Amino acid sequence: MKIAAFATATALALAATAAQAQTPIKIGFVATLSGPAGALGQDQYDAFMMVVERNGGKLGGVPVQVLKEDDQLKPDVGVQIIQKFAEKEKTPIVTGVTFSNVMMAMAKPLAESGAIFVGSNAGPAPLAGPACNANFFFTSWQNDMQAEVMGKYATDQGYKRVYGMAPNYQAGKDFVAGFKRFFKGEIVDEVYTTLNQPDYSAEISQIAAKKPDAVYVFYPGGMGVNFVKQYKQAGLLGKIPLLSTSTTDGATLPALKETALGVISGTFWGPDFDNPANKTFVAEFEKKFNRIPSQYAAQSYDAAQLLDNAIAKVKGNVGDKAALRAAIRKADFKSVRGPLTFNNNGFPIQNMYAFVVAKDAKGRVNLKTIAQPITAQRDSYADKCPIK
Amino acid sequence: MGNAMKLTMNFTSPRFYVPAIFLGALALLPIYAMLAHQPFYVTLFSRIMIFALAALGLNFILGYGGLVSFGHALYLGVGAYAVGILSFHGVTNGWLHLIAALAIGILMAGLIGAVVLRTSGMTFIMITLAFAQMGYFFVVSLKSYGGDDGLTIDNRSAFGLFDLNSNTALYYLILAFLAAVFFLFARLVESRFGMVLRGVKSNERRMLALGFPTFRYKLVAYIISAQVCVIAGFLLANLTKFASPSYMVWQVSGDLIVMAVLGGMGTLFGPVVGAVVYLVVEESLSSLSPGWFPKIEDVLNKHWLALMGIFVILMVLGFRKGFYGYLVEREARRAQP
Amino acid sequence: MSLELLIVQLLNGLQYGVLLFLLAAGLTLVFGIMNFVNLAHGSLYMMGAYFAAWAYNNPIFGIQGSFVMAAFVGIAGSMILGVVVERLILFTLYERDHLDQVLATFGLILVFNEVARFIWGPSSYYMEVPEKLSGAINLFGISYPAYRFMIIAVGLLVALGTFLLIQKTRIGMLIRAGASNATMVGALGVNIKLLNTLLFGLGAGLAGVAGLMAGPILSVQPGMGEPILIVTLVVIVTGGIGSIRGAFFAALIVGVIDTIGRVFLPIVLTNLVEKSLAQAAGPAIASMLIYLLMAVVLAVKPQGLFPVKHG
Repeated sequence: MKIAAFATATALALAATAAQAQTPIKIGFVATLSGPAGALGQDQYDAFMMVVERNGGKLGGVPVQVLKEDDQLKPDVGVQIIQKFAEKEKTPIVTGVTFSNVMMAMAKPLAESGAIFVGSNAGPAPLAGPACNANFFFTSWQNDMQAEVMGKYATDQGYKRVYGMAPNYQAGKDFVAGFKRFFKGEIVDEVYTTLNQPDYSAEISQIAAKKPDAVYVFYPGGMGVNFVKQYKQAGLLGKIPLLSTSTTDGATLPALKETALGVISGTFWGPDFDNPANKTFVAEFEKKFNRIPSQYAAQSYDAAQLLDNAIAKVKGNVGDKAALRAAIRKADFKSVRGPLTFNNNGFPIQNMYAFVVAKDAKGRVNLKTIAQPITAQRDSYADKCPIK
Repeated sequence: MGNAMKLTMNFTSPRFYVPAIFLGALALLPIYAMLAHQPFYVTLFSRIMIFALAALGLNFILGYGGLVSFGHALYLGVGAYAVGILSFHGVTNGWLHLIAALAIGILMAGLIGAVVLRTSGMTFIMITLAFAQMGYFFVVSLKSYGGDDGLTIDNRSAFGLFDLNSNTALYYLILAFLAAVFFLFARLVESRFGMVLRGVKSNERRMLALGFPTFRYKLVAYIISAQVCVIAGFLLANLTKFASPSYMVWQVSGDLIVMAVLGGMGTLFGPVVGAVVYLVVEESLSSLSPGWFPKIEDVLNKHWLALMGIFVILMVLGFRKGFYGYLVEREARRAQP
Repeated sequence: MSLELLIVQLLNGLQYGVLLFLLAAGLTLVFGIMNFVNLAHGSLYMMGAYFAAWAYNNPIFGIQGSFVMAAFVGIAGSMILGVVVERLILFTLYERDHLDQVLATFGLILVFNEVARFIWGPSSYYMEVPEKLSGAINLFGISYPAYRFMIIAVGLLVALGTFLLIQKTRIGMLIRAGASNATMVGALGVNIKLLNTLLFGLGAGLAGVAGLMAGPILSVQPGMGEPILIVTLVVIVTGGIGSIRGAFFAALIVGVIDTIGRVFLPIVLTNLVEKSLAQAAGPAIASMLIYLLMAVVLAVKPQGLFPVKHG
């Protein structure tokens, strides 16, 4: 009798450990990996995989299988990818997502699939407000926050008249709205240009004529490269301060180099942050990929770290959604940005900073922290979220 | 291509067995998917069938009318946004969605067709592209309907009789439309209207000399072809529960042309074959990784668009008739003594 | 809204128009004479920009950071590339209909974009305005970026050069004859194959010049050719396919209308309707302007503004 019981118990224990330890957890990674904006998604992927590979293909001590998909900046492709993750691969965790329009399309099927989502870039307003979801977390920011810090910075600097420009799509309009929310002065004009428009000479001539105290722009990727180059050539870069969001970052600086010196930007993280987690991250990334990490890499790195920590907490039992959710919400890991906690809507409460493009200690063109206009910022949509 | 054979029930002809096999397989797919515990295939093939439908519509004027429209993706947008905007304002009745989509579609196709059909050749290609671009920029500027971010649709169109919120129900609706449009075109192509159209394609001056008001025929054909794309757009919005300006970019119009040519431009069923082949290849190339040569596969995955490009070039250079078109032509050649 | 601002914007429009002309000239010649739709023309522009930027950033025979070297490599590179592509792939398509040409060159676009992405990465590739031209020029009290002035100057020179080539030289006469009636020219014993290859090379070279000029001010990245290709197609259709004169005037008109429209339409609208509506409608209508222009021209003159008379 005793031997039989002992044998059964051992067998069950072995089976349990085997089942838990050895089936890799599937993590769905979706981002924009092709096209002009592909560099952003690529940074997200590289940083995420850097953590996974550093851990020997594991997160939280459990082997993971990262399924990489490219949404090509097409919302309908994004929806199809989520359906694939949910129905074919049955991934318990999804991460990534670069652009807000794709994010919005994916939100519904993602919510319906019940997967835990750790977003590492796009943070559209509806998902922070009325459409928030207990399963959605973001290690990046709510879209408006980056603009809001620039608005506060502009007010702090005493600028009275600011000229705003952005591409004519939802994110562009949101960013300018975010800037206006925190800027106490006068907006001289708001100009929305065609998406992916290459030449801003006409608009820049308008700016020169209006002579504002400062200019605020949101031009991600190739658009940013064009705008900054042309702004400098028109002779305005030394004369009228240029405040920006997502315009001068790890994705665009390699193409701009010295041209961008002096441009100011606002976000939650910079490569020169002086905490141990960040120092490790930057050194490792630069060594492995031979380029300075962008904020997109930092966001994704934190997503991987967060999952690493949370999966370890639930001992690999990602099937227990409630436990995994709680573990993620605790955010009990060392983020590269410093302090990080999650708000009720899954968005971060974090400090926001201002940066200037300058040469770093190694003589490379990089971002340098110059101010911390907002501390422990909460996004402006959290109280519209039903989750308390 | 386009010889005047009646639609006889010749069971050994590829013009019968290819559509029969395809449609039959598509009809059985959801059952297979259920047995294999892969519900994903239902959504994957729903999307493929929608594009097959759109390619079928485009082919009516491309293959049979000889008109290379580089702007048919515009009508996908019309169908999708009809559903999106009406849903946004609380109207969820599927019949209303469909009627509104078709009404707007007919109006737009009529107006645009009246302008573009005055031109031909390269000019026609360009001007259809221009109208699609205008539609795209217009929709992007509509902030209240999402603009470039697109418009989420909460519930699929409600038809009362059946619930489209079931993926399988939507799948069969799409299949029904696909089969219905195919049979409709089969009739139309052999009808007097179809004959005139094919005559216009081969020699418009002759048709004019014979007294046919060719412009009117081309316009009607254009409108019909556009409406099929409108229906495809209606279904796409239901499938993804999303309407987006990205449905209307010129690359989508280009993709539709590639699908029609790949399958066999002057044939009836060709575009369906073309769409299936094209989208299955696209799906495989971008996520193919059997693990034999990881490094090379990684490069291929990243740069899969180059492979698609090479695929298209080879197709144009070597395989002009298209997969299905080749079968049909082989049969026609055999039929001649 | 001052006179100075208006003049600056007109110069901006002129500069854009000149860039469009460089692209349109090559494309319309190839289309008009060889009856060949080459969608990959935008890719030749892109490769020209990449070659030039690469030559600027890397030492070639010990010279680095030289705009002249960049120009040489960029233009020569795109010409050679154009000729190679023509001889290897495109020549098989001359007898085919436009659809085949559209599809094949559409496929080429995809391949070129991925090649660029593979060699130089997906992000923008660095290129800067040469030091000597990075300031502003003062002309009658109006300040305008020197580099953009150079673009206008170069563009007009090239336009003049092309005009002289086409109108005043024997080769030009053959080209014009070929545009009118290619078969006849062939029958008269002219080596049509060689003429076509030269023509294609010339078009590719012009695209390379455009790429070289655009590189420093626009972003050099995969896919940079497509947006401008669409506008170039609008230009050549509006101007009249095969006509250099048509391409020139249409390019300038499109360039100026697009620039002025983008800037002044929102202002005009703000006076007519409420501000937020103007802000939403303004950019939308501005984007659509050049297409509207083309549609109107084609409605009145379906062959374009300066159609080539076919013999």
